[in-house]
Amino acid sequence: MSYQLNFGALLDYQDVLLDGLWMTVKLTLISTVLGILLGVLGAAARRHRNAALRHLSKAYVELIRNTPFIVQLFFVFFGLPAIGIKMTAIEAGVLALVINLGAYLTEIIRAGIDATPKGQLEAARTLGLSSRQIFIRIVLPPAFQRVYSAVVSQCIIVMLGSAVVSQISVPELTFAANFIQSRNFLSFESYLVAALFYLILAFLMRLAFNLIGARAFSRKEKTL
Amino acid sequence: MNFVKKLGLAVAGSLLISFGAISTASADQLDNIEKAGVLKVAVPQDFPPFGSVGSDLQPQGYDIDMAGYLAKELGVKLELVPVTSANRIPYLQTQKVDLVISSLGKNPEREKAIDFSKPYAPFFLGVFGLKDVAVSAASDLSGKTVGVTRGAVEDIELSKLVTTDADIKRFEDNNTTLSAFLSGQVDLIATGNLVVAAIAERNPARMPETKFMLKNSPCYVGVMKGETRLTDKVNELIGKAYTDGVLESLSQKWLKAPYPADLASM
Repeated sequence: MSYQLNFGALLDYQDVLLDGLWMTVKLTLISTVLGILLGVLGAAARRHRNAALRHLSKAYVELIRNTPFIVQLFFVFFGLPAIGIKMTAIEAGVLALVINLGAYLTEIIRAGIDATPKGQLEAARTLGLSSRQIFIRIVLPPAFQRVYSAVVSQCIIVMLGSAVVSQISVPELTFAANFIQSRNFLSFESYLVAALFYLILAFLMRLAFNLIGARAFSRKEKTL
Repeated sequence: MNFVKKLGLAVAGSLLISFGAISTASADQLDNIEKAGVLKVAVPQDFPPFGSVGSDLQPQGYDIDMAGYLAKELGVKLELVPVTSANRIPYLQTQKVDLVISSLGKNPEREKAIDFSKPYAPFFLGVFGLKDVAVSAASDLSGKTVGVTRGAVEDIELSKLVTTDADIKRFEDNNTTLSAFLSGQVDLIATGNLVVAAIAERNPARMPETKFMLKNSPCYVGVMKGETRLTDKVNELIGKAYTDGVLESLSQKWLKAPYPADLASM
């Protein structure tokens, strides 16, 4: 049980590691923004008066939430080219992440919408607001606020889950750790450093979300 | 008297035995094979396409065909002895077989233990790609995308060669690398030449061809140490097999690729 730690050897690969970290940050940023948009749209469709839209959204949520992410990813990257839809590894990775996050957020935001007090809807209707106005101005903001912490957690899960896209050769943080480990066989050091980076990213992400949340929701209350 | 007679018989007997032993040891293995009329060959049983058991429960493969060719040319019957990669050299050393034709590669340790013929089958790591991708050396990879299995020997070799702006896509395992190629995500892959045979069966539309070699480790026939006449004979037959196109047809049949010309001159 005597293992000589050798973190110095990782310095030879610091470019790979930092490039990987940056790629993970970019993947997370893009997929979080697009995923939240998709989630809001999905939730709106899930509670739309058009039945076809409701069923479509439900099917989407069930399909994605009940299949493994890696299968979805491999389907997009390896499967879709068979019918002529070919993407780069990064595009496929982002698409799979967005689709995945969108499905979970659809369900989370729907829960927030369902918790809207009936009286608010009745009041809005009495004031003659259109259903679009009711959704965007009356229902969505407090719904989003109610489930905000669940949304944040889901986005962080997707950031951590982006590790899976290393499997289709996207050079992100886990890919970098795998790569370094395959070259110098320092598994302990490589993966420990990668884990620390993920931990830091998760903390920063939560911090950023909390700041955004504090600003967004407090201002709402002031104007009300 | 009785005792002396017994002793004398014993001495004579042991002399006879030792003489017999000497005579077999000094006799040439090639002569023995021809005398016995049987060529015993160690072949793989679990390593397609070199040697495996076919659907008719008969052994089949490149190595089996090669053994059959040698037996036919020697004019003797063939006896196949299935071996594993761990016990193929001991089988030869203990004379349970005359030859090892079992996708055997050469290295210094093995050369101390047994003798090797000329190569008879290609076995190499290389960069493969679709016909219309113009690549013939590592320098041509500039601006191209190559799929490879991360951490595999071919990854290490390719990374050493490639200093240009080639885009190396590294995948988790061989199957993922293969999927990337078959699905068209990459048009070049670094892998072993056996993969080509596998792809040819699974997806002829994306049949890869050899662009250049990364690491060459062809297969040789293993011969008992010091049996130079047998080794020479095997070499002669391998040479003949090349000129007669037998190796070419074996390579096409089992490896779905032409026999590399540079192997013939090795």
